[in-house]
Amino acid sequence: MSVKLTIMKQMEQVAQEHGRILAPLNDELELANCGLDSLGFAVLVARLEDALGVDPFTAAEDAFFPVTLGEFVKVYEHGGR
Amino acid sequence: MAGVEAPSLRAYVANAPAARFIWDRAAAARFTDLDRGTSLNRQTSLGGRLADLAGRSVLLATASQLTTALALIELDGCARRLVILPPDIEADHLGAVIAVAGIDAIVTDDGSQQHAAFELPVRVSCASPMVPLEERAPVAFRTEWLLLTSGTTGTPKMVVHDLAGLTAAMTHRSAADGAAIWGTFYDIRRYGGLQIFLRTVVGGASLVLSSAGEPVADHLARLARHGVTHLLGTPTHWRRALMIPAIRKIAPRYVRLSGEIADQAILDALRAVFPQAAIVHAYASTEAGVAFAVNDGLAGFPAAFAETIRDGVEMKIVDGSLRIRSPGMASRYVGTGQTLADADGFVDTGDIVERRGDRYYFAGRKGGIINIGGLKVHPEEIEAVINRHPQVRMSLVRPKQSPITGSIAVADVVLKSQVEGLNSGQIELRDDILKLCREALPRHKVPAAIRFVPSLAVAATGKLARRQG
Repeated sequence: MSVKLTIMKQMEQVAQEHGRILAPLNDELELANCGLDSLGFAVLVARLEDALGVDPFTAAEDAFFPVTLGEFVKVYEHGGR
Repeated sequence: MAGVEAPSLRAYVANAPAARFIWDRAAAARFTDLDRGTSLNRQTSLGGRLADLAGRSVLLATASQLTTALALIELDGCARRLVILPPDIEADHLGAVIAVAGIDAIVTDDGSQQHAAFELPVRVSCASPMVPLEERAPVAFRTEWLLLTSGTTGTPKMVVHDLAGLTAAMTHRSAADGAAIWGTFYDIRRYGGLQIFLRTVVGGASLVLSSAGEPVADHLARLARHGVTHLLGTPTHWRRALMIPAIRKIAPRYVRLSGEIADQAILDALRAVFPQAAIVHAYASTEAGVAFAVNDGLAGFPAAFAETIRDGVEMKIVDGSLRIRSPGMASRYVGTGQTLADADGFVDTGDIVERRGDRYYFAGRKGGIINIGGLKVHPEEIEAVINRHPQVRMSLVRPKQSPITGSIAVADVVLKSQVEGLNSGQIELRDDILKLCREALPRHKVPAAIRFVPSLAVAATGKLARRQG
């Protein structure tokens, strides 16, 4: 499964568990408007670490937070750089 | 505190009605046997050096619990001060303990180099089997018993007890006490285990101890062979014992838990294995002493306990934290300016309780809180829910750094039967546990991730090893 597909599946899973409705997912979607709140994102990042073996945010030297879903996926595709 | 006419521990040995033993894996110490006319009263484990230890501040640094037990019986009333070194003491802390407690003698059963470096005026070997002793010095001291507290970080703190306080919870002796064969998973060099050792001596019973490095299955087999009737462990000890088939060989009539929160799952599991036994969970701490025992088989404790004075024990709850004033509490810390008790003489245990209906439940430790985006979570509360799942043996909830909320709760879970690899059955099980959590807990307390692990680290205290994160 591609990194992008894994992320999207996990987002759906977390949204469902948290009783949230996800916006239609595309690269331009702003994360702030995707339907997950900060707790949902914290859970998502923890789940993705289990699924993909990396937490690029905690591993990063400098804090970098993506704005769009496309940027979020890229961070994972580049393994934390 | 010299010259006080208080009963010493040895007095309880001399008055025993029947043959009594303390066993470990290697040896059996007979501390009374009237038929043979021998008793610890006429024998010594200290090789005739008892007089050299009189009035001194003695460090008891032993490898074996059995020699610890024998030395304690002899030294109470003889030493001015006794410091019981727990087995897991870090070498770095040894010097501080010796300095702070003013140690001027050491009693040890091993030639380990750990304490050989410290120059002390008196060094005495203790050993089992014992040798005959002609004459015993009279009891001259109300010995101070110094115990190390079980704090997880930093230099250990020491608190001062005496025999009267340590045995304050043992006033209700039953006639059956004398026939009891006690066992303990809990090391007798720690407060919880020490209570059982003292109960054995004071109550006229016998005691089965574990040996260093002994596998739990072997320990259980020995407990069965000696016909253990009363057995103590932490909930973690018991969860581990329940994973070992040899548990079926023992049939204690009294099962006691202390040292950690006893959740409903472990109480029910013990009830299922020992349907005839009294299952009792006790609340005690090194600083506060024994506060109460709960014997209705339910987690938590009746609110009435906190509203009345029972056996001299008083409780109050301040900012959710349980405070205790009791005849069994320590008198002070040694070597720190810290005061043990508040202005009213209550010890703050740091254990957080929550009232639901007519019962209080333990929620966790004051310092163990996980802060999830500003919402506070006690790991123990989540573990109690996970442990309710029929396939879960035990669990540990820990904080994990999160870039978004600061921390998040993740759970390591040990299953009752191991399944290798992450197969579809495990994914289903993980979802099932998460579902249970979602039904029972608010959203932020549901673990973000669940990992199945073969085992969990257990500290030498017999409690789950929690790292502060």
